[in-house]
Amino acid sequence: MTALATQSLAASELLVQLKGISKAYKKGKEQVSVLSKLDLDIRRGDFLALMGPSGSGKTTLLNLLGGLDKPTAGELMIGGQRLDQMSSSQLTKWRARHVGFIFQFYNLMPVLTAEKNVELPLLLTNLSSKQRKHHVAAALELVGLSNRAKHYPSELSGGQEQRVAIARALVSDPDLLLCDEPTGDLDRATADEILSLLQTLNQQQQKTIIMVTHDPRAADHARHVLHMDKGALVDDGRVTDAEH
Amino acid sequence: MYYLQFLLSNLGRKKARTILTLLSIMIAFLLFGLLRSLAAAFDQGAEIAGEDRLVSINKISLIQPLPEAYLPKVQALDGVDKATSANWFGGYYQDPKNQFPQFPIVAEEYFEIYKEMITLPEEQMQAWKKNRMGVVIGKALVDRFKWKIGDRIPLIGMFPKEDGSTTWEFVIEGIYEAKSKGADTSAMLMHYDYFEEARQYGKGTLGWLIIQVKDPKQSAQVAAAVDALFANSPAETKTSSEKDFAKSFAKQFGDIGLITTLILGAVFFTMLLVAGNTMAQSFRERIPELAILKTLGFSDLAVMILVLAEAIVISLIGGLAGLLLAKFFISGAAESMAATLPGLNLSNTMMLFGVGLMFLFGLLTGIIPALQGLQLNIVAALRRR
Repeated sequence: MTALATQSLAASELLVQLKGISKAYKKGKEQVSVLSKLDLDIRRGDFLALMGPSGSGKTTLLNLLGGLDKPTAGELMIGGQRLDQMSSSQLTKWRARHVGFIFQFYNLMPVLTAEKNVELPLLLTNLSSKQRKHHVAAALELVGLSNRAKHYPSELSGGQEQRVAIARALVSDPDLLLCDEPTGDLDRATADEILSLLQTLNQQQQKTIIMVTHDPRAADHARHVLHMDKGALVDDGRVTDAEH
Repeated sequence: MYYLQFLLSNLGRKKARTILTLLSIMIAFLLFGLLRSLAAAFDQGAEIAGEDRLVSINKISLIQPLPEAYLPKVQALDGVDKATSANWFGGYYQDPKNQFPQFPIVAEEYFEIYKEMITLPEEQMQAWKKNRMGVVIGKALVDRFKWKIGDRIPLIGMFPKEDGSTTWEFVIEGIYEAKSKGADTSAMLMHYDYFEEARQYGKGTLGWLIIQVKDPKQSAQVAAAVDALFANSPAETKTSSEKDFAKSFAKQFGDIGLITTLILGAVFFTMLLVAGNTMAQSFRERIPELAILKTLGFSDLAVMILVLAEAIVISLIGGLAGLLLAKFFISGAAESMAATLPGLNLSNTMMLFGVGLMFLFGLLTGIIPALQGLQLNIVAALRRR
């Protein structure tokens, strides 16, 4: 199955290229196929929503795109680098530099303040403490949480926690933001705020965003929507343009 | 600094559990400090004992005396450089609690044999020799009782005097000090002649002989020659190196080293299981957080080190608190136990050894969770959330 989000674009504008990507897990003696020969190109600066029922392979695809897992077969290229050929430690370094993650349950460190949480990815850079603080302040400013910098996650609302998580994902200025059900744990109004923030980041900061969601209203904030089912892209690869 | 704050913040996550773990580690190291100090104090005599000195006692037991006539015979033996004697006076000052060693000795001979360990100013030696009731005391006794030269000290002795009285009066004529590290200065030395003349019974007997050999390599032969000299006599001797004598003296209280090692072994093994289980539990609770660290780009090794560092930090905090507490207790007890255990002290070497033990303890309690952290699979761990 071919599903090319931006089939006609020149290769230089592509950030993500998947060719024949398959992923299978061993469950006992059985081999369970989760993704099957997936082809997909994603343009730099795109905001793509991945939709589909549970078990369709959305999160597995997201894990592959984030370098958290490796495909069983196929070519996975992001920003010109072959992730499928990287070792585990190379993938670790690649993640630190090129990708930011936003999760449904925020996954902040409960013992660290908002600013310390945001600073975490910067510990892997060569920035000085002063430079790190400057970047953290800028990231918190961007998500509108400068006044909550000293607060612990337990002192923040769900929406604020997710904003901190977004700041943490942004602080090292990655090419790609991967969001796994980022509004799944939030009420509608807060979810809309978070989605608007993601939209702003996409439009103003030109961040490439890939978001897994079950929620059609969340998907509406994306530029494009891809549907998955049983480990494959459906609709013969046609991409739905989201309504804005 | 960030990582240290992170580690310390993690410790504050479950305060009650952390405090209990710290307390248990603290108690283990408190015991370590106290018991090892005791063992070291018992062993100290052996540590500082001279290589070239032998001690000869009655073969039956140390409390059985030897005939005075043995001393010149030993002094005349081949291989013997010098020999002198000492007795046990066994007195106390005012209250039976105020016990300390008192030895009737021959002044010049004794100070000559122990010249590398203790020293007495010459003028004080001369003054002492002129006064039969004179005694010299060690610096530790001065510190303990605030005595000074010229003070008249009444002691209640184990031996009654000829007049039936057990009160012996002495005059302090000098204060001797340690020349070598660890030398005991808690004793009072009195003239054997005065003791011998005044005591009601036991006259003509000596407590033990102290023999300096000409060649330390010949110590075993000289010891054998001494024992052979008095074989089949009513008072056979048992001669050994001063080190062995000190060890066997300490062993009268039991093998302190072995006892403390066994107790500490049991304590640390139990603590290892308890703290190890706590660390494992703490690790399990934080698997998703560790997975997030890896997701953000922290390497497997970095996560492993973080987990291990946390275990070591807990061990160091609890252990240092325990050792400092032990140091405090030992310092407090050292003065009151100066007579019975003059070398009671938690040495810097032992403290350093303790710190090493803390690192080892932290490593052992943290190694299993740390290895699990190393091998943690991000996708599987995040799925647990």
